[in-house]
Amino acid sequence: MSLAPDLAAAAPELFLACAAIALLMLGVFRGDGAGRPIMRLSVLALIVALLLVVFPMGGEGIFFNSLFIKDVFGNFMKGLVLVGSGLTILMGWRYVERERMDRPELPVLLLFATVGMLLMISANDLISLYVGLELQSLALYVAAAIRRDSLRASEAGLKYFVLGALSSGMLLYGLSLVYGFAGTTGFTDLAAAFARDAAAGTPVSLGLIVGLVFVAAGIAFKISAVPFHMWTPDVYEGAPTAITAFFAVAPKVAAMALFVRVLMGPFGDLVGQWQQIVVFISIASMALGAFAAIAQSNVKRLMAYSSIGNVGYALVGLASGTEAGIRGVTIYMAIYLVMTVGTFACILAMRINERGVESIDDLRGLSKTHPMMAAALAIFMFSLAGIPPLAGFFGKLYVFLAAIQAGLYGLAVIGVLTSVVGAYYYLRIVKLMYFDEPTEVLDRPIGREVGLVMGVSALAILLFFVMPSLVVDGASAAALSLFAG
Amino acid sequence: MIVQALAFYLFAAIMVASAVMVISSRNPVHSVLFLILAFFNAAGLFVLLGAEFLAMILVVVYVGAVAVLFLFVVMMLDVNIAELRHGFLQYLPIGALIGLILLVELGMVAGAWVISPGAGAAAHLPIPPPDQVTNTAALGHVLYDHYVYLFQSAGLILLVAMVGAIVLTLRQREGVRRQSIARQISRRRDEAIEVKDVTSGSGV
Repeated sequence: MSLAPDLAAAAPELFLACAAIALLMLGVFRGDGAGRPIMRLSVLALIVALLLVVFPMGGEGIFFNSLFIKDVFGNFMKGLVLVGSGLTILMGWRYVERERMDRPELPVLLLFATVGMLLMISANDLISLYVGLELQSLALYVAAAIRRDSLRASEAGLKYFVLGALSSGMLLYGLSLVYGFAGTTGFTDLAAAFARDAAAGTPVSLGLIVGLVFVAAGIAFKISAVPFHMWTPDVYEGAPTAITAFFAVAPKVAAMALFVRVLMGPFGDLVGQWQQIVVFISIASMALGAFAAIAQSNVKRLMAYSSIGNVGYALVGLASGTEAGIRGVTIYMAIYLVMTVGTFACILAMRINERGVESIDDLRGLSKTHPMMAAALAIFMFSLAGIPPLAGFFGKLYVFLAAIQAGLYGLAVIGVLTSVVGAYYYLRIVKLMYFDEPTEVLDRPIGREVGLVMGVSALAILLFFVMPSLVVDGASAAALSLFAG
Repeated sequence: MIVQALAFYLFAAIMVASAVMVISSRNPVHSVLFLILAFFNAAGLFVLLGAEFLAMILVVVYVGAVAVLFLFVVMMLDVNIAELRHGFLQYLPIGALIGLILLVELGMVAGAWVISPGAGAAAHLPIPPPDQVTNTAALGHVLYDHYVYLFQSAGLILLVAMVGAIVLTLRQREGVRRQSIARQISRRRDEAIEVKDVTSGSGV
């Protein structure tokens, strides 16, 4: 049995893991001063891995004894994850150096987390799902707590770790129930078994449904959907801003891809069983994201609630359970990635006298002191609020259209209503920037990388409607690949 | 045949006896040493069963690593066993009740155990005949061939755990005197000692 086709299929993961180990060795021998070159090299490794994803070696299919799947959906999501990781590491590094946590292990840990995300996206077995998820989470727990001397960061890391372990426990319990009642852990075999049962008209066993609920709860934890969202605001606020930016982007995309893969793949024939769960957590997330964010004055907490709300909108597409719905989810996650990266670039640029500030009031009168940054942030806020013709509007449009086509009218109506409520707090930031008088002036310059990321993502959001096919075609092919088999 | 039976009863009897000693001996260090004895006898039982790989792993991993770790912990923590025993009789009834319930449950599970009829056929990895493949080779085949992907991923997780533990706990302390072997061996006699001519009766 030759391993070569398997290795070629997993080339991005292999390359990234080997690069992370090599950079770790470099860090060991070069000492603490090597943080910056290692950060640059890790961004380069992410770019190479992205090239390996975009120009794959070998064909699609199922590899490593059906533990690993490579398909268009996986490649699309892996591309998003790699872009998200690379951008957040690049723009966050200046902040990391300023806060004196520029240790060579940090980029290495973030690379390992990215490897875990890629493994999650490619999981074709309950065990590889868990292993990938755990690799990602473990690296992120450490990254959250990497500032040991800060009380809030340590608290955030500990909270993240304990709640993450709890969610892993729930997930494992669910996986063991599914294995016990279905007799297999492979996604392909599970899908075949459920299809056979559905064709024969056999009712689904209760234990299996309980297992499915636990699995859904475990993954909902990772995407911070209500009612498993409690950790998000505290961790976002407590962790250093550069780490928060990383948390908000790539892991969310990967966990959402995993959720889609698990529910549409092995449990695709049980759509009647899980649809109500997804509808419930989607409505709850949208509502909580909209209402709880109103009272926030810390911009990182605000973004935490905003991400909870955004996960709710993405889940609208998943709840419909159709090809159009999955296309909506992939488009939504791609746009969410760009908007979130851009917004966090603005948050990273919020400094007064070399000290990072996080209060919304610090943005007062930004249009007079930093007109370009204010314009970029305004674009992101309008886009998050879903105002046409910005990209955020199209993201919501695709998921709501899919929900309506699937007959989920109530869900779509609630989604539109909550996005109106959400518009209030997004537009409040715009109002503070453009119609209030500046109190304190933010530092300048904001930094080359941050400015570059901010500008590029603002342009991407602004000009999305000119060439939407760039994203939409890829997402359509990705969604199609999930339904082909 | 008779030798095997004798060996089985020998290993089993010593194992049960040492297991009793683990929980009944007063000194925790003795408990750990009896635990090691129990592991050795369990390894002997595995050899009798023809599971030579498990026997070796039990000795290498449990005796070599886990039990020695226990020993370190027990010796360093200096547990006061008399204090732990305090209130033993007080909690005995409820402990015994819980134990009894667990025993009854175990009996019920064992009594009603039915192996799913399709389970043997659904297994992905048929068990190879033991007279053709040693079980070390069979396990290696499963671990390094069938599940090499998971094996490597689990290795990455352990690496991240190690890096994380070091990142979060290692700190540079001020004023630590480190050994510099190069400096030590490059010292010469005239740098290290000074000869003083002390006149008798006056001190240094």
